[in-house]
Amino acid sequence: MTAPSLELIGFTKRFGAMAALDDVSVRIGAGAFHALLGENGAGKSTLVKCAMGYYAADQGQILLNGREVEIAHPRQAHELGLGMVYQHFTLVPNMTVLENFVLSRGDLPAVIDWVSERRALKSFFETTPFTVPIDTPVADLAAGQKQKGEILRQLYLKRNLLILDEPTSVLTPDEADEVLTTLKKLTTSGQITIVTITHKFREVNTYCDAVTVLRRGQLIGTKPTSELDNDIMAEMMVGRRETRTVVEREARAPGKAVLKLEGLSVADNVGQLAVEELALDIRAGEIVGVAGVSGNGQRELVEALAGQRNVEAGKMLVHGEVYTATRPEMVRHKVACLPEEPLRNACVADMSVAENIALRSFDQPPSSPDGIRLRRSPMRETARKLIEAYKVKTPGPDAAIRGLSGGNVQRAVLARELSSEGDLLIVANPCFGLDFAAVAEIRARIVQARNRGAAVLLVSEDLDEILQLSDRIVVMFDGKLALQTDAATADVGAIGRAMAGH
Amino acid sequence: MDGSDLGLWGVPLAMLAGAIRVSTPFIFVSLGECLTERSGRINLGLEGTLMMGAMTAYGTALLSGSPWLGVLVAAGVGLMLGALHAALCQLPKVNDIATGIGLMLFGTGLAFFLGKPYIQPKAPNLGALDLGAWSSIPQVQQALQVNPLFLIGIVLAFALAWALKNTRWGLIVRLAGESVDAALAIGASVGRVRLLATAVGGAFAGIGGAFLSLYYPGSWNEGLSSGQGLMAVALVIFARWDPIRCLWASLLFGAAGAISPALQSVGVTQGYYLFSAAPYVLTLALMIATCSPARSLRGAPAELGAVK
Repeated sequence: MTAPSLELIGFTKRFGAMAALDDVSVRIGAGAFHALLGENGAGKSTLVKCAMGYYAADQGQILLNGREVEIAHPRQAHELGLGMVYQHFTLVPNMTVLENFVLSRGDLPAVIDWVSERRALKSFFETTPFTVPIDTPVADLAAGQKQKGEILRQLYLKRNLLILDEPTSVLTPDEADEVLTTLKKLTTSGQITIVTITHKFREVNTYCDAVTVLRRGQLIGTKPTSELDNDIMAEMMVGRRETRTVVEREARAPGKAVLKLEGLSVADNVGQLAVEELALDIRAGEIVGVAGVSGNGQRELVEALAGQRNVEAGKMLVHGEVYTATRPEMVRHKVACLPEEPLRNACVADMSVAENIALRSFDQPPSSPDGIRLRRSPMRETARKLIEAYKVKTPGPDAAIRGLSGGNVQRAVLARELSSEGDLLIVANPCFGLDFAAVAEIRARIVQARNRGAAVLLVSEDLDEILQLSDRIVVMFDGKLALQTDAATADVGAIGRAMAGH
Repeated sequence: MDGSDLGLWGVPLAMLAGAIRVSTPFIFVSLGECLTERSGRINLGLEGTLMMGAMTAYGTALLSGSPWLGVLVAAGVGLMLGALHAALCQLPKVNDIATGIGLMLFGTGLAFFLGKPYIQPKAPNLGALDLGAWSSIPQVQQALQVNPLFLIGIVLAFALAWALKNTRWGLIVRLAGESVDAALAIGASVGRVRLLATAVGGAFAGIGGAFLSLYYPGSWNEGLSSGQGLMAVALVIFARWDPIRCLWASLLFGAAGAISPALQSVGVTQGYYLFSAAPYVLTLALMIATCSPARSLRGAPAELGAVK
């Protein structure tokens, strides 16, 4: 195998009115270990998916080894030797490594000769820098071994240009080093070329030859790693944001701690700790912004606070009392929650707007005189008032909430959560995918809640949003707090570095 | 059955006999369901397929005089019902569980309706091989009267296990059940794979029905199946989608079904109906024991809707 060079010229890709990529060009040399760097939504994944034929770019030209090629379908990319390794695993868990590898080859005989296939794979594994157990079902492999298996399969399929999409996000640092070190050897010996999407500066500094930085679909620049340091990279990634626009707010000294997290650990879906021994206080009348690249434990943290996920270890305290996110506790401590994707996480999609707005209070007067019977008219009345106050665009309180636009679902949920004048407000990515006017209004509502003395935990992948709204900023990386800083004196460069694990 | 001269030994012997006799429909239906579910689809309609198979087999045997032709026709009817289920499920927004229940009721209803004329007349039986001729004990001889379909079922279980592991066809069926993306990536048509797997699974269930009406109990009436088709679905889960374990589980269910008559034969007459419920209690107990809210079942095909 010899490593190819790849050149992407003038890539543009629009999703509706939004340009995910705007005239981006990258040149990746033969045998390079090339990093693509950028925040969430910068366009890295879109770029590589265009190159792999998963998306059809609106414009753009691909040169492989200097020759123009057309890639309209992933299969064409595979035939040209391009392979992709994802964040999530694509090996089939209920099959063995051998079965997975042989199946993905695609050209199977009617009856498979496992003896010779096993021999062939064994001798192939003698030529590779690392191996995985051949006859183990993939489900029984550790995360690091699974990721190695994914990479080995690409090599087995004779792909010599690998695109890795955050390949180490599911690995421990040791596992990541082992995988990256061996990949590095393969590139320096000229066998393969690697493009890796990453957020981790440490990995870029240690393993990559060159870095391309994207920001909001724009190419910021490509530079050899030798010319870069963490400060320059952070600045390229998050930009200079000296003109920090802060949403207007009352100056007020924060009060007593409303939410206290003590050594909180939360596991993710596969049982690994996504939040590790987190300690954080949120006081009355302040917004604490949790910045960070998605997948560093923010989702699990919010789910634990919202009662959607069990806590592995540690304590959550609200008003000094142990809080386990049960409904009575939420009522007693006035906890309000605006999770991300509210239609999925905070609504019953087929119920009406009025019923959804009543979800917090339907079992209390006036909606229910005794906790058993329900009275529709007070529910509808409350909903009508809130719909007007929060400008929710709906055909009426009895329309199914599923039919509302994203911004209006968000407004309806915000109306429900804020109408109780809660003491603690937990908000996650509240403005994701919303238009400009809706964004401004929802942010203003959050600041209003803070102004009247609520403690607000704001989790967001949008650094601008964090900078605009927060009184205090913390950065989550790998399930831990990487940085805590006062928003007024925050150093954006330091935040960018912390987001990348430095 | 008179087991008094064997004393309590009559009980395990009768359960062995029961396992051999009663398990055959379980074997066929569970293998059919196993194949269907490995392709990523659930067919709850196999109870209906079983009844249709039983009715058409009995009718064919009665009219043609050949019970084996009846088995063949039952397989064909099962194939068509399976294909119908698969075709319905491929329509957009169609849920395979609801369709399966619909087809279960449709199959049993249609079998009762069309089977009315066959309740009285006596069709030729499939017959059995006397594998117990070496013994002088009549109970042993009787227990080892084995219907060829039982042996075919055993062979089928091993053949299916082999095919799922060693043939291109089997691997693609599993891939369709484990990961639609991966199946599409190698250019397999998931819809067609599931159509074939569901149709063949239906054919197996049809053969199971033929056994009911043509060998044991060996007549056609509306109470023939008593839920074997549904229990086979639970059995597949218990067997963790492995054909060979389906075979063992079927034998276990067959033996459980024989507890009650076996105890009766040694004079335990109290609680006859209670012991008759043994297979159902077993089903329930197995479902409770193998289900967990925290994780999906090990070995479950990942694309299977009901276990996600």
